[in-house]
Amino acid sequence: MGTQSCINIQKEWDIVGARQLGRDIAKKIGFGTVDQARIATAVSELARNIYLYADSGKVCFEAIETIDKKGISMIAIDSGPGISDISLVMQDGYSTSRGLGAGLPGVKRLMDEFDLISEKEQGTEVKTIKWLR
Amino acid sequence: MGNVIDLDAKNYKSLLKNYIETQDEKFLYRAEQISKSFLKNNILPEEIVNLHMQALDELYPSLSGEFQRSMNFLLETMISYGLAHQEFQTLREEQLALKSQIAVAASMQDTLLATSKPNIEGLDIGVISVPANQMNGDYHHFIESNDGSIGIALADVIGKGVPAALCMSMIKYSMDSFPENAMQPKSILENLNRVVERNVDPSMFITMFYAQYQPKDNKLHYASAGHEPGFYYNAKRDKFEEIEAKGLVLGVSLDAKYHQYNLHINKDDMIILLTDGVTECRQGERFIEREEVLNVIRDHAHLSAQEMVDRVYKYFQRLQNFQLRDDFTLIILRKDV
Repeated sequence: MGTQSCINIQKEWDIVGARQLGRDIAKKIGFGTVDQARIATAVSELARNIYLYADSGKVCFEAIETIDKKGISMIAIDSGPGISDISLVMQDGYSTSRGLGAGLPGVKRLMDEFDLISEKEQGTEVKTIKWLR
Repeated sequence: MGNVIDLDAKNYKSLLKNYIETQDEKFLYRAEQISKSFLKNNILPEEIVNLHMQALDELYPSLSGEFQRSMNFLLETMISYGLAHQEFQTLREEQLALKSQIAVAASMQDTLLATSKPNIEGLDIGVISVPANQMNGDYHHFIESNDGSIGIALADVIGKGVPAALCMSMIKYSMDSFPENAMQPKSILENLNRVVERNVDPSMFITMFYAQYQPKDNKLHYASAGHEPGFYYNAKRDKFEEIEAKGLVLGVSLDAKYHQYNLHINKDDMIILLTDGVTECRQGERFIEREEVLNVIRDHAHLSAQEMVDRVYKYFQRLQNFQLRDDFTLIILRKDV
């Protein structure tokens, strides 16, 4: 297990920093150009959600390794209002039809593993992993 | 998926090389075929850009760094298109599932609302009812009574699709529950009006025409709840007349009363009942005139009642470029003897 690197998200500019850090770590692990771009897009979506809906939060990256595979883990944590209807925001078409981009279903598609915990008034935590193939 | 892209990668590279060297159209044609294969195998746009970058890199290793970076830039802009493509794929599958569910509901509706054309000596009956979408918001029903009379119900829910169709089942089952002595057109509409008023959302309206034909005395008794007026064809005078009947749409007022009218029918006379899907046919932006329906009926008056309604339907279906805008129901009764 590697060490965690985190980026705090407060301003829109921080989204760019998070993308850069995510891409650098992905590159170091050995991800190709396409996957680097996908990981960066997933970071964008997660960081943007923090920027838009929570006052503050952070995105953390970690290089992970099991016996037979390597990958990148990303965790986005915020202390925002929480998601009241998770099924709704995970529905295809919900985010895109509002012009909000690929949304959480997009993140789920870009990555290999996806988990989400959200409590009202306490915040949201999204954990995703992409494995190196 | 990996295999497809590996296989196509080799092809892609050699096609690209051939094209760059010869600019022959046939290589572009092959590229079109590869693109179809990509689509079929769900290869996303960013993967294609990457394929292109790799092919270029192998073919022309000396290409400038600026150019390669520009391809990276292009790849990045393709990611969202790839996501959108995947989303459309999922939504399309969901839509197919939904369509097949509606198809099941529609066939259930056909079973629930099934009615058969009665065989009455001396009366030729033609009927056609076609929904604009999968489910029909028009409803017609024939009821044969013990005294030899037949009842003809024709109703139209304002609106179409599933809600309209659900509403129609209610009409049918209410009518089934009325006692035989309440089968006068006027009392049927009054009873149904109460059912609709109590059970249906106020934003939903139902128009209905109910007629009872008594072959013994050649009389048609009828009443209407705001329904599109039908026509009476007087054979002796060779003229169509509107069947006038006043009455409030079902469900508006709890104690609506309906007036019952009657009409004496002679040999070769016709009764034409329809819904507004017939008279509100449109040719482009133009609504047809009600007379146009009569002209088409007149043109086919030498045929049997069933052939007549079929021909009229075909005529208007073609006029509307084979896309009905509203449910279409047409009933023709002709006294043969």
